[in-house]
Amino acid sequence: MTRTFLGMPATAPRGVGHLREGEPFPAAARRALGDPQLRRNLGHATTTIRAKSGRVIGELPDWQQLRDAGSALKADTMARLPELLEQLESAVTAAGGTVHWAADATEANRIVTGLVRATGEQRVTKVKSMATQEIGLNEALAAAGIEPVETDLAELIVQLGADRPSHILVPAIHRNRAEIREIFLRAMPGVDPALSDEPAALAGAARAYLRETFLRTKVAVSGANFAVAETGTLAVVESEGNGRMCLTLPETLITVMGIEKVVPSWRDLEVFLQLLPRASTGERMNPYTSMWTGVTPGDGPQQVHLVLLDNGRSAVLADEVGRQALHCIRCSACLNVCPVYERTGGHAYGSVYPGPIGAVLSPQLTGVADNASLPYASSLCGACFDACPVKIDIPSILVHLRGRAPHPRAEAAAMAAAAYVMDRPRLYAAAQRAARLGRLTGRRGRGLPPPLSGWAASRDVPEPPPATFREWWARR
Amino acid sequence: MRIALFATCLADTLFPRAAIATVRLLERLGHEVVFPAEQTCCGQMHVNTGYARDAVPLVRRHVRTFGPYDVVVTPSGSCAGSVRHQHADVAAAAGDDRLAARAAAVAGRTYELSELLVDVLGVEDVGAYYPHRVTYHPTCHSLRVLRVGDRPVRLLRQVRGLDLVPLPAAEQCCGFGGTFAVKNADVSTAMLADKMRHVLSTGADVCAAADASCLMHIGGGLTRLRAGVRTVHIAEILAATETGREAPA
Repeated sequence: MTRTFLGMPATAPRGVGHLREGEPFPAAARRALGDPQLRRNLGHATTTIRAKSGRVIGELPDWQQLRDAGSALKADTMARLPELLEQLESAVTAAGGTVHWAADATEANRIVTGLVRATGEQRVTKVKSMATQEIGLNEALAAAGIEPVETDLAELIVQLGADRPSHILVPAIHRNRAEIREIFLRAMPGVDPALSDEPAALAGAARAYLRETFLRTKVAVSGANFAVAETGTLAVVESEGNGRMCLTLPETLITVMGIEKVVPSWRDLEVFLQLLPRASTGERMNPYTSMWTGVTPGDGPQQVHLVLLDNGRSAVLADEVGRQALHCIRCSACLNVCPVYERTGGHAYGSVYPGPIGAVLSPQLTGVADNASLPYASSLCGACFDACPVKIDIPSILVHLRGRAPHPRAEAAAMAAAAYVMDRPRLYAAAQRAARLGRLTGRRGRGLPPPLSGWAASRDVPEPPPATFREWWARR
Repeated sequence: MRIALFATCLADTLFPRAAIATVRLLERLGHEVVFPAEQTCCGQMHVNTGYARDAVPLVRRHVRTFGPYDVVVTPSGSCAGSVRHQHADVAAAAGDDRLAARAAAVAGRTYELSELLVDVLGVEDVGAYYPHRVTYHPTCHSLRVLRVGDRPVRLLRQVRGLDLVPLPAAEQCCGFGGTFAVKNADVSTAMLADKMRHVLSTGADVCAAADASCLMHIGGGLTRLRAGVRTVHIAEILAATETGREAPA
């Protein structure tokens, strides 16, 4: 690393990458809620994935034990992350790969751009990767005159539509096939103008375009789902086989991976490769699992690079409660069960990490002040905790982060006043009487000031009863 | 059995019928109910909104108030959840390990109403009569924090005259979430709209739950729409008998 350690680890820098909310969640969510097409697409997609995932999880009698194992492996990994990363570096290097350490998004972008430039190539194919979206690599490459081509079908739809991904696993979940057809007709080079919106036809058009690109591009950039410290093996799981093309056809392969993705040993993959597909796509096994260990002479990429990305992760690791967020294996089960995500979609969260996991990860990577509304973007219903294959207690982290979020002054004063009254039963009883006698709520709450007016806009405020319970009790 | 009632600030102030029904029900089953008057609020709103430090005196008060009792019951899944899963942590985070230990002890003796009836008192048929078509919303904290499972439904199935209709997507949150309903009022309303749609689809004339807060939310939406469906706490249903008054107070 190029930086001098000055105490607490740094958060992800501003001005680069996609981790920060452009506007507070409630405002962005309000706009999303007003889009009936988005609501329909999301409702349909999340309901379908939930059912499918529930079915295949139900087949495993030891699902809960697998979750326990996944959770324990991640906790162990986080407890000795530095030594595992150094072990990984040695193993990758011994196998003929090159390891680079990136303290943040800016450094990672500089490293990757430099590596591509050194090849003299003007274009790279990309395997779907959250880490490269997080750091804004595509923008950095484009600024250096290098064209990144997303090869995951959904990611390609997002890229061609000059759009942003809205789901970790299904980045174009907010689009339906009619919209996808329009995007292809507008932006896909060499597309058949008679393209229909049949899924097979859309996939066919993407395949024709991508095959051509695969065969003519000599550099690929990927993320990684796992890296095995013991062997130096990197793993990518996917459904389409386009990732496999990127990982095997080019001469140079550059992988950008968050430091939390390391697992201690080869056999640990047994646990995660069972958990991930069932929790994410609702498949027993994902169609393509690609693994590579450094360079194999005469077979596949002969230049293999691994960029280990911190970008705020060390800061997350320093938080005893919040560090659990680093256990995430990016399955997106929490998104699919979240009633908030289902109604707002991913864009409302601002960051590339949407949904419940995004609401606990993004504010920690950036510092809570830069994503202050995200810890509140949950009703704490707990569905995410139950769905998480590595048992991340997302509701507890949300509450923890709310404690560290900047609080509006009026709210803080009201909370302090409420606590003061609640700690004095006589004052509390007097306040109950005042609420009743004063009819403070007026006309079923329709005269309330903000922020309480938000409640009263769609719900009646209960009429105070003739007597409180304690009055009834005292009189009986 | 001598049972201390934690009425909760919300039921005490706005929904006394739920607490009164809890008293009548337990007394009818032959138990002594006491109401320690020093009780106020469990502090859940403070903790869940990010003001855990403000909640410390409330945790201390709750522990002091209910410490002397062997069994504490509360007609609220989320307040029971706060006592059981937050109080000790709030005390520990504030550096008060003694309070944390005492809070953990009170937590171990605190039950949500359906847990008390089924697990402690060993009763599922409480002798209630309630001739209505009822759908039951299980509430998030009862389901996923307390894990009460089907205990409330088992109690309702034994109620004479009651026609229990399943609620579609019952396990989905109604959108209340405490201050969530204020801070994210629009998302909360969208969640409520779906919950109300499901309630109305059952044709029930009563929507029941074991938490006054969720009922306040669902009920506030249903009355605003003049939907003609009442929200009723499960304690009121279990307290109702053929001879007694159906609705206490």
